[in-house]
Amino acid sequence: MLKIFRNFEKKDYFIILFMSILVTFSVFLDLRMPEYMSKITMLIQTEDSTMKDILISGGHMILCAVLSLICTIIVGYLSSLLSARFSRIMRRKIFEKVESFGVAEIKKFSTSSLITRNTNDVTQIEMLLAMGLQMIIKAPIMAVWALFKIIGKSGELSLVTGIGVLIIVVVNLVIIAIVSPRFQIIQTLTDKLNGVTRENILGVRVVHAFNAEDFMGQRFGKVNDKLSSIHLKITKTFALFDPVMNFVMQFQHLGIYVVGAILIINSGMLGKITMFSNMVVFSSYGIQVIFSFLMLTMIFMVLPRARVSIKRINEVLDADVSIVSGDFNGKTEEVGTVEFKNVSFKYPDADEYILKNINFKANKGEVVAFIGSTGSGKSTLINLIPRLYDATDGEVFVDGVNVKEYQLKELNNRIGFISQTPFMFTGSVEDNVAYGDNGRKKISLDKVKEAIEIAQAKDFVEKMDDGYKSHIARGGTNVSGGQKQRLSIARAIARDPEIYIFDDSFSALDYQTDAKLRKELKKHMKDATSLIVAQRIGTIMSADKIIVLDKGECVGIGTHKELLKNCEVYKEIALSQLSEEELQNA
Amino acid sequence: MPRPNMKQEKSKDFKGTMIKLFNNLDRWRYLLIIAVIFAFLSAVLSTIGPNKLADVTDVISDGIKPDVAKLEDISKEIVKHNFQEFEYEGVVISTQDQKEYMEIVSTITPDMDNEEIIEKMDKLPKSISSLVEAKMDTDALTSRSILLGVIYLLNCIFGYIQGIIMAYVGISYAKKLRSDISRKINRIPLKYFDSHEAGDVLSRVTNDVDTIGINISNTVTSLVANITLFLGSIVMMFVTNWIMALTAILSSILGFAFSAILLKISQKYFVQRQEELGSLNGHIEEIFSGHSVVKAYNGEEEALREFNEINDRLYYCNRKSQFLSGIMQPIMMFIGNFGYVMVCVVGAILVMNNMINFGVIVAFMIYIRLFTNPLSRIAQAMTTMQSIAAAGERVFEFLDEEELSDEAEITSKLDRESAKGNIEFKNVKFGYSKDKTIIKDFTASVKAGDKIAIVGPTGAGKTTMVNLLMKFYEIHDGDILIDGVSIKDLSRDNIHKLFIMILQDTWLFDGSIRENLIFNNKNVSDEELWKICKHVGIDHFIKTLPGGLSAGVGDNNSISSGQKQLLTIARGMVEDAPFLILDEATSNVDTRTEELVQKAMDKLMVGRTSFIIAHRLSTIKNADLILVMNEGNIIEQGTHDELLKKKGFYAKLYNSQFVK
Repeated sequence: MLKIFRNFEKKDYFIILFMSILVTFSVFLDLRMPEYMSKITMLIQTEDSTMKDILISGGHMILCAVLSLICTIIVGYLSSLLSARFSRIMRRKIFEKVESFGVAEIKKFSTSSLITRNTNDVTQIEMLLAMGLQMIIKAPIMAVWALFKIIGKSGELSLVTGIGVLIIVVVNLVIIAIVSPRFQIIQTLTDKLNGVTRENILGVRVVHAFNAEDFMGQRFGKVNDKLSSIHLKITKTFALFDPVMNFVMQFQHLGIYVVGAILIINSGMLGKITMFSNMVVFSSYGIQVIFSFLMLTMIFMVLPRARVSIKRINEVLDADVSIVSGDFNGKTEEVGTVEFKNVSFKYPDADEYILKNINFKANKGEVVAFIGSTGSGKSTLINLIPRLYDATDGEVFVDGVNVKEYQLKELNNRIGFISQTPFMFTGSVEDNVAYGDNGRKKISLDKVKEAIEIAQAKDFVEKMDDGYKSHIARGGTNVSGGQKQRLSIARAIARDPEIYIFDDSFSALDYQTDAKLRKELKKHMKDATSLIVAQRIGTIMSADKIIVLDKGECVGIGTHKELLKNCEVYKEIALSQLSEEELQNA
Repeated sequence: MPRPNMKQEKSKDFKGTMIKLFNNLDRWRYLLIIAVIFAFLSAVLSTIGPNKLADVTDVISDGIKPDVAKLEDISKEIVKHNFQEFEYEGVVISTQDQKEYMEIVSTITPDMDNEEIIEKMDKLPKSISSLVEAKMDTDALTSRSILLGVIYLLNCIFGYIQGIIMAYVGISYAKKLRSDISRKINRIPLKYFDSHEAGDVLSRVTNDVDTIGINISNTVTSLVANITLFLGSIVMMFVTNWIMALTAILSSILGFAFSAILLKISQKYFVQRQEELGSLNGHIEEIFSGHSVVKAYNGEEEALREFNEINDRLYYCNRKSQFLSGIMQPIMMFIGNFGYVMVCVVGAILVMNNMINFGVIVAFMIYIRLFTNPLSRIAQAMTTMQSIAAAGERVFEFLDEEELSDEAEITSKLDRESAKGNIEFKNVKFGYSKDKTIIKDFTASVKAGDKIAIVGPTGAGKTTMVNLLMKFYEIHDGDILIDGVSIKDLSRDNIHKLFIMILQDTWLFDGSIRENLIFNNKNVSDEELWKICKHVGIDHFIKTLPGGLSAGVGDNNSISSGQKQLLTIARGMVEDAPFLILDEATSNVDTRTEELVQKAMDKLMVGRTSFIIAHRLSTIKNADLILVMNEGNIIEQGTHDELLKKKGFYAKLYNSQFVK
């Protein structure tokens, strides 16, 4: 857990040291104050003391208070500086680390969890530092010092204070013990409640169609009941806190007075006055002692939460990155080729191979298509080219060079990858199409317009309010699935790569648009190589080479006509979509 | 534990929402009032406490000072009796004692200070010292201490009772709100969800309700208690001593003003901080979810650059807000200390002039704290009230949404068993908004057992037909008749019972396969389930899962989307109704699983009047009626051959798939 604080810089340690010194000084000042108070008390009690004496002591006390205030403000400044700096560094480190992740790591953590780790968890630690650091330094110093002040003055009064401290510590520990495990349960139940509600909203049509409103209500009710009962337990336990603290402080005060009175009765005339001032001192030091122990227990309340966050952050920072960049960025002999040599792939933790012994080569300008049932490994196969994953066995070559040898940037510059689920960034249409860096100069508006036209997106983009400057909302919610797909195709075209990879990128388009788009693409990218994954036979029928995958194995390579003759799997797929007659006509 | 006030939210109608909230509290309202009374009483006792403590202090301080005046009197008596034994206030003072006494007194010189004199006096003979020694009024001490103890005890007990009641009220109310929202979800017209995101409703169920539930239990009573404390301590201070009261108030006022200004400034930075956090969150979310695009397009540097910009801005607001809010506490402490000294000094003057007793000072030492603490808490409670109001507003906004029409007056009923399966559309007009009619005038007649295919490009509004048939939306004009009965005369429940609906998004909930298949039906045995699963062709797959029918779906990634689709078909079969609505789309399913799914779908259509959102040629070609839709409207209708002959939109659509 403490490992995370290695992210402090040297300067930060000096700040902490300086803070500790200031805190110690302010504790010294805070504890001086009751002494002046008791002096003032004594002065008031004795008859021949003058107003001047009282004013001097009062002045001293105010001086102490001012100095202590100044110290605390500086400490506050330092601690806010420290915590804000620390959280800034942590956020950046996590963000950079996640950027370096491959798809495997992202999947392992899940995107939403990574977002929480990058924001909320860091905020948790920031809070701990901002509030807790002062407390952690101050509470022990205060507790020990205040104890020293009273110890030896009066055993009986110390005992009263001690009992107060004991009650507070015990009650707090009990509260923490009851509450903190339940907080974790609350977290999971809240997630569950969210889950049940989300389910209901997403399936609201089905729920209506099956008249299952009450059924869903009961499911919700169960979680709601459980959540509420644990919530109630926690809140009830917390309800103890204030009254008990009040009780202890008030009765400690009263206790010190009563015990003090008995002691006064039993002491000599001189003893009486000393005892009285002791009594007053105790009643204020006692509160200091109790406060400092209260602070200490508070730390135990904050700490477990922060510890969870720290653990989650460390998991990200310590994760091994599976995809390491190579260092090749020179010229290649071949251009626009992709070759797989005995490539097999399985997920790190899986037993079974998703791809087995794949061999093929795509030459410059060729269209190579991949078809097969779900789980046949089509998407996985093409994911190996831009190194979203690395092949478990065998080698993948782009332009004759093993992909692992490329600098990742250089490899990506050669590829235009269109993923299965189109992704839009917040920003204008132009920003989205001209996105990224292709190692050449920035993509011009003309180029963007051209790409959009080829991708069959011109019509709707120009119909949008601000044309190419139109705003795309977060997640692309203001454009339809098919429009997103076309824009992400335009994004790849604008990049002007040697190799296009379409991962089922035409699925949301209707037949007409699909056909037209492919025709345009063919016309404009004669020199580029395309790798296409598709479900529809119609999309891939005209490819130069069709690779048929079944359960991770390549069961046929050839053209549409060839495969219809000699590949059973292909024929099956084709027939399931078109009738024999239609296939012939095509 | 007080949470840092991260978000300062403003409600649109604070008062209105608060009144609404109070009325909505229902039977918990009374508990709330009781809790408020207890909080009030507890606070009153807190303000009386110091005054009673002053009494105790006075008794004690009266018992300290020796009676020096009496000493002089005794000296006179001794001289008068010329060292003869005499009795003074019932105490016999022997000659020996008198001699000892005079010896000690003779050593006292005028320049001696108080302490030295008292030290001398400690050596006085027993008889005399017992006379001058201060005597504490032990009876008064006992009675006053007990009174104070009772006050303290009651204060704590009332506080605890109040806490428990409010915990109960807050949690129960939150629970009620949550289930209200959950119920509302299924009562609200479906169009609500067309324009609102699921996340929006979700955040009302969790965040907003939590804000209300948790805060209401602390804030309301805290507000009452602290206002009582604040006003009470002012009153009590003036009752105890007005000069001291003025001293205490005046010495705190400056500090209050200062911290009010600080609060204002820091609030600004908190708002800024919240905004920056929001944009950072957005940026991170975007980059992380678009991770593979960012990587494939070399967008990392650009992303990091933007991240750093926002991160730096956040750092700046963070530092300011953290600092400003952090020094509030020490400043309040200082105000306390300053007031303390002022009270002591002024108090000392008054004591010396015999205007007050020492106890008053002790009382004021506590009043100063009682007086300074509540103000910051009241300010805090007010901001929390604001966020309660804002959250309440959002929750009520959802709860007040218009509900589906009331069906109490509907008397017609069609039984699932006796329904024949005829449907007639008569001049149906419909639009999602009143001013935009998309289905303009649709008439068609469907006989029992017919197969109706609905085709059209993406976004043509094919689900509109589903919405109308299922009465998810109400038609504007015209009528739909099921077996001759208008759907307007049938309850939604009734209509839903007549239809099996299988949509493209394979909705399953987090539970076992068995629970998902049975869903809302009752008394379905495992045997029947297996029969249906076999029929659909998913029995083998289920058997391979650990637990078989009891295996969980949802968190289980081993169920592919095709298999999920098969499960929803099986679920439809369990329901068993005369009409079928089926979305054939299998876009996420590979062609071979699709075949399995299609077989299952075909089996489902047998003997049922089926409306099929068609995606495959076989369905379209042998459909009894094809409805061609575009831009929301039904533009052509007829059989496959009829439509091809027409050479219209359908013919174009159909032929486009063969274009190279």
